[in-house]
Amino acid sequence: MGLDGSNGGTGMNGMSIVRGAKFAAIIVAGLMIAGCAKQQDTTGMTAAAVPGSPQDFLVNVGDRVFFDTDSSDLSDQARATLDKQSEWLNHYNRYNFTIEGHADERGTREYNLALGARRAETVREYLVSRGVSAQRMRTISYGKERPVATCDDISCWSQNRRAVIVLDQSS
Amino acid sequence: MNSNSIRNNSSGADKANANIMKPSQMPRSPMSRRRVLALGAAAGSLALSSRAGAVVRLDITQGNIQPLPIAIPNFIGGTQDDDETAISVTQVISADLQRSGLFAPIDPAAFLEKIATVDTVPNFPDWRTINAQALVTGRLTRQGDGRLKAEFRLWDVVAGQQLAGQQYFTTPDNWRRIAHIIADAIYERITGEGGYFDSRVVFVDETGPKIRRVKRLAIMDQDGANVRYLTRGDELVLTPRFSPSTQEITYMAYGEGDPRVYLLNIETGQREIVGNFPGMSFAPRFSPDGQRVIMSLQENSNSNLFVMDLRSKATTRLTNTQAIDTAPCYSPDGTQICFESDRGGQPQIYVMPAVGGPAQRISFGDGIYSTPVWSPSGDYIAFTRQYENKFAIGVMKPDGSGERILTEGFHNEGPTFAPNGRVIMFFRDEEGGPGPSLFTIDIAGRNDQKVPTPSFASDPAWSPLLS
Repeated sequence: MGLDGSNGGTGMNGMSIVRGAKFAAIIVAGLMIAGCAKQQDTTGMTAAAVPGSPQDFLVNVGDRVFFDTDSSDLSDQARATLDKQSEWLNHYNRYNFTIEGHADERGTREYNLALGARRAETVREYLVSRGVSAQRMRTISYGKERPVATCDDISCWSQNRRAVIVLDQSS
Repeated sequence: MNSNSIRNNSSGADKANANIMKPSQMPRSPMSRRRVLALGAAAGSLALSSRAGAVVRLDITQGNIQPLPIAIPNFIGGTQDDDETAISVTQVISADLQRSGLFAPIDPAAFLEKIATVDTVPNFPDWRTINAQALVTGRLTRQGDGRLKAEFRLWDVVAGQQLAGQQYFTTPDNWRRIAHIIADAIYERITGEGGYFDSRVVFVDETGPKIRRVKRLAIMDQDGANVRYLTRGDELVLTPRFSPSTQEITYMAYGEGDPRVYLLNIETGQREIVGNFPGMSFAPRFSPDGQRVIMSLQENSNSNLFVMDLRSKATTRLTNTQAIDTAPCYSPDGTQICFESDRGGQPQIYVMPAVGGPAQRISFGDGIYSTPVWSPSGDYIAFTRQYENKFAIGVMKPDGSGERILTEGFHNEGPTFAPNGRVIMFFRDEEGGPGPSLFTIDIAGRNDQKVPTPSFASDPAWSPLLS
């Protein structure tokens, strides 16, 4: 049992793969529909992300890392993602960004706010340790207020225990 | 908003007329809660003083309570125009008493005597026949100056005597409050405990799907009537808490910059930021004297407790741990603070002096303990407990002894005490359910009841008595 949900037990690797597969499937479906509906106008349908674009960051680097129940420790998988993120962020250093910390719904309101903050701070410190300027980042905790998955079981809860890098689009 | 306006607003009888939607239209007529009905002088033959040792009395400290059968015939309209209001007032009184779980209003179809006046003694045998133990009679009369006069008498049917009799004056649009005040008077006279019906609840109204939930601050009467929205839903709001004066609330909101603690005057709509902290401030609560707000402040990976004096704006650090300290709540005498902390590994409840200092852990049961809240009478601390993936609401004594789980299920969270400390409100989410609702339960774990709200609702905070 845990504070913000039980760990899936399969570790974070499996979860990331599942998410990645789902994401790819959605993109493919979108292209097929668009392909049927529109023959000429393909603007805005660039699936291949422009290097250095937010889409590039999302698809080729990954914008989030996941945490175990009531934990802000970084798994090997999370460190690998953060390493790629810091490399990308150092290369495209025009971006300022926000680190959002989130918790799943299996905790109480106030504690989850603090837990989300702790997760965002962990990511912040890691990125700084990889040479990303602290001036470019801010952190915010949403506690359990912004779930991405809501299916009331362990697999969903683990997707919600996350820290997400949101690039400042104006930067 | 400044502290002067707080003091001005909290003084005198204006509290009774709090209405944030149309403050300029609010009449300023006083309403006294303690004005004893002067019928003794008006009708000498009715000098039925309530003697000590009345038969009808409910001891709610006992384990198993049989709801008291009570007859509440429709109040009489002093004039024909008053009939409708009189019936509405009667219904609110009856509903309050029934929902408390301590009273069983008798179906009016069973009544033998038709009450035509409050000025004569009822025919007690008629009420004994239908097994009523208590009887309430009352009258509502519009006065020449436009005010409403409400009179009621509470009768001990078994002993054949009057237990209480009072009258109140107010503006007609305050008729619901009059009903709650009368219900409180009946509750107090029969149980010997303070009432709680003349009170409000501030909560978070939730609409929309879970991944795009819109949250608004809302306030309502404790029975769910008179819902009003205090924010528009354009920013995320959490954990509203009442000031002791009931004129202000403190809450957390995601406005510009970091999410922070705010203060909102519910009469004027004015709001201000509490404190000028870097980083997130959250989990606010007023001190019992209303002069301070205690809260958590995020400091890198940790969260510590701070208190701000609302007049001087001075802030004081209360804890300095490499941990999460949050959900602080004062004892009713203001000398101690209970809070949750994961300094020992996982969240547990601690108590420390209000000025800071050594903290004693008081929760030692199985599981994780959080959201402690001190009862108004000081005898209990209510909490949320997580154990074996279930969320329970419970109470324990401030020294940690006498722990009692009141309800347990998929998700129960965030207890708040009624003004008399006998009832707890919290929010509950069913497994796979679309969203949370508010519920009440008494501190013995009986009388689990849903509180009606327009949509999903969470984070309730019960006000003190309004008068």
